Amino acid sequence: MKFFVPGDAAACAVGADEVAAELARLFGERGIDAPIVRNGSRGMFELEPLLEVDTKEGRVGYARISAADVPAVLDAIVAGSEHPSGVGLVDELPFLKRQTRLTFARCGITDPQSIEEYREHGGLAGLERAIAIGPADTVEEVFASGLRGRGGAGFPAGIKWRTAAAAPAAQKYIVCNADEGDSGTFADRMVMEGDPFMLIEGMAIAGLAVGATSGYVYIRSEYPHAIRAMRRAIETARQHGLLGLSLLGSAFAFDMEVRVGAGAYVCGEETSMLESLEGRRGEVRAKPPLPAHVGLFGMPTIINNVLTLAAVPFILAEGARAYADFGMGRSRGTMPIQIAGNVRNGGLFETAFGITLGELVDEIGGGTLSGRPVRAVQVGGPLGAYFPPSEFHLPFDYETFAAADGLIGHAGIVVFDDTVDMAKMARFAMQFCAAESCGKCTPCRIGSVRGLETIDRIIAGEDVEANRALVEALCETMKFGSLCALGGFTPYPVLSALRHFPEDFAKARDVETVS
Amino acid sequence: MGRRESWTAADIEEILRRHRDRKGALLPILNDVQAAFDHVPDGAVPIIAEALNLSRAEVHGVVTFYHDLKRTPHGRPVVKLCRAEACQARGVDRIAPLLEGDERIEVETVYCLGLCASGPSAMVGEEVFARLDEDSVRRLADRALDGASA
Repeated sequence: MKFFVPGDAAACAVGADEVAAELARLFGERGIDAPIVRNGSRGMFELEPLLEVDTKEGRVGYARISAADVPAVLDAIVAGSEHPSGVGLVDELPFLKRQTRLTFARCGITDPQSIEEYREHGGLAGLERAIAIGPADTVEEVFASGLRGRGGAGFPAGIKWRTAAAAPAAQKYIVCNADEGDSGTFADRMVMEGDPFMLIEGMAIAGLAVGATSGYVYIRSEYPHAIRAMRRAIETARQHGLLGLSLLGSAFAFDMEVRVGAGAYVCGEETSMLESLEGRRGEVRAKPPLPAHVGLFGMPTIINNVLTLAAVPFILAEGARAYADFGMGRSRGTMPIQIAGNVRNGGLFETAFGITLGELVDEIGGGTLSGRPVRAVQVGGPLGAYFPPSEFHLPFDYETFAAADGLIGHAGIVVFDDTVDMAKMARFAMQFCAAESCGKCTPCRIGSVRGLETIDRIIAGEDVEANRALVEALCETMKFGSLCALGGFTPYPVLSALRHFPEDFAKARDVETVS
Repeated sequence: MGRRESWTAADIEEILRRHRDRKGALLPILNDVQAAFDHVPDGAVPIIAEALNLSRAEVHGVVTFYHDLKRTPHGRPVVKLCRAEACQARGVDRIAPLLEGDERIEVETVYCLGLCASGPSAMVGEEVFARLDEDSVRRLADRALDGASA
């Protein structure tokens, strides 16, 4: 009998470490000899800490247990009786059953730090195939899969890889963007904590494909669990030949290291990240040149999000076709969608593109946690648009969201109930942009501050119509005049709040009560 | 937190030695200095600049760019409270005043700890806390104080 207590940060934040410690103490006391695996999270955060036990029928779960519940739960497990926290067979839970887990196939199932289990569950098959077919065909496989950058921009990964592969240079780099700063997102964190070898394998394949022998994974400092998990896994990978001078015994070399950020949201922007890695202020670079031509330390660099690189081992192992068969239009494959905020069943839901926003929020998310009606959802992080329930028919797809004046970004969905003040949220978007702007370009640096002041005047009831027009004009300037997505996309939450929720901007209030 | 605020040039040299052969070593060095002394002392800037063949202005520019790097020690134990959208949707604005009113600690705003389906959330040192409510948020301040005296 094997026990599982997630070591994921979101489980630890609600007491999983205490549950694991109590379980180990009881095993000692009762002379029970059974392993306790600190697995990744299954991504059903309302159920954490979720203790699981494997049985003949499959893995049985006990949800939301505390250290104090552990003795009674253990009694029930040993006696084969019921416990109120029991949720039955975990794989049969509707939230999991409805998913198509390609990237998250192993997360929560295996011991994340066991490279043996990684291999048993299909790991390393992608790298083995890449070694067998060689760099050029590996790039084409990724191109054919239709994989697009999962960090938010949705740029075709294959084109980026082709460009870097064709760039002649003595040294090239792979940079993994793990600066997952968008509110409402946690998929990168879950990959790093729950299946770190998949990311390492994805980076090694990228290195092989474009001729890069060195890689960096830039992780935000707010993710100490992920930093520890990646560092440990990289060490293990080196010992097992998944990294080093000879990848799995082949002629290809690749090694990587973790770099930790220092609390700057803008460093999630790719060129700002390169500046930060080089040891400078995280100020955005003007493009061109593209990082694929002139990137880290002036060399051709592939910079991809965690989820992009994590999708690569599957694509190589199963073939481009197997991945591209999922999805709609130009959005191929699956997307690990993160349902967050005021929602009953929040968590990670990986599914093919094309599912509607309403299905995600109402059916899968189960509506609000507070039980009040849903009023708004923000899709794509702090730079994404707010949508009212009247837009819930929108299918999850890059082009559809762009046409609706929004973006899917890193696929985080934050749900708000009817107590939300949308003027306050629009104000927050400008405030956030002002706090996090790198300061390099004027529309973002000055525009966000002026935007904040102007929204405050609207809230105070001063010249509402004129100030509204001013905010709209300012947003236009920010959208088209900013160097990067921080200034360029801050208009999305602001304008969508103004457009869909005008009533919240029409009632004069004391600004102090809003901010 | 077991950190000390006083430092010597030898301490900085030791940190520099650890990163000697790294490319783009400035941020890892500054992160280590911050972790060791709860701030990046102004006096350490010329030593780091000299070692990396940078100007003092360049190092100062980096220190003042990143939110994690501070020029003075906190003085009080820090609770990092997430104030981003998902935690706002889950009521962080209701519990924040309870923490902010506690003069024994310093409350720092962070934007997102990646616990967005379990907020409101906070971090003390490297420990994370979620599903915060009126009761647990009070215990959080005690936790920060315990950590500081340990």
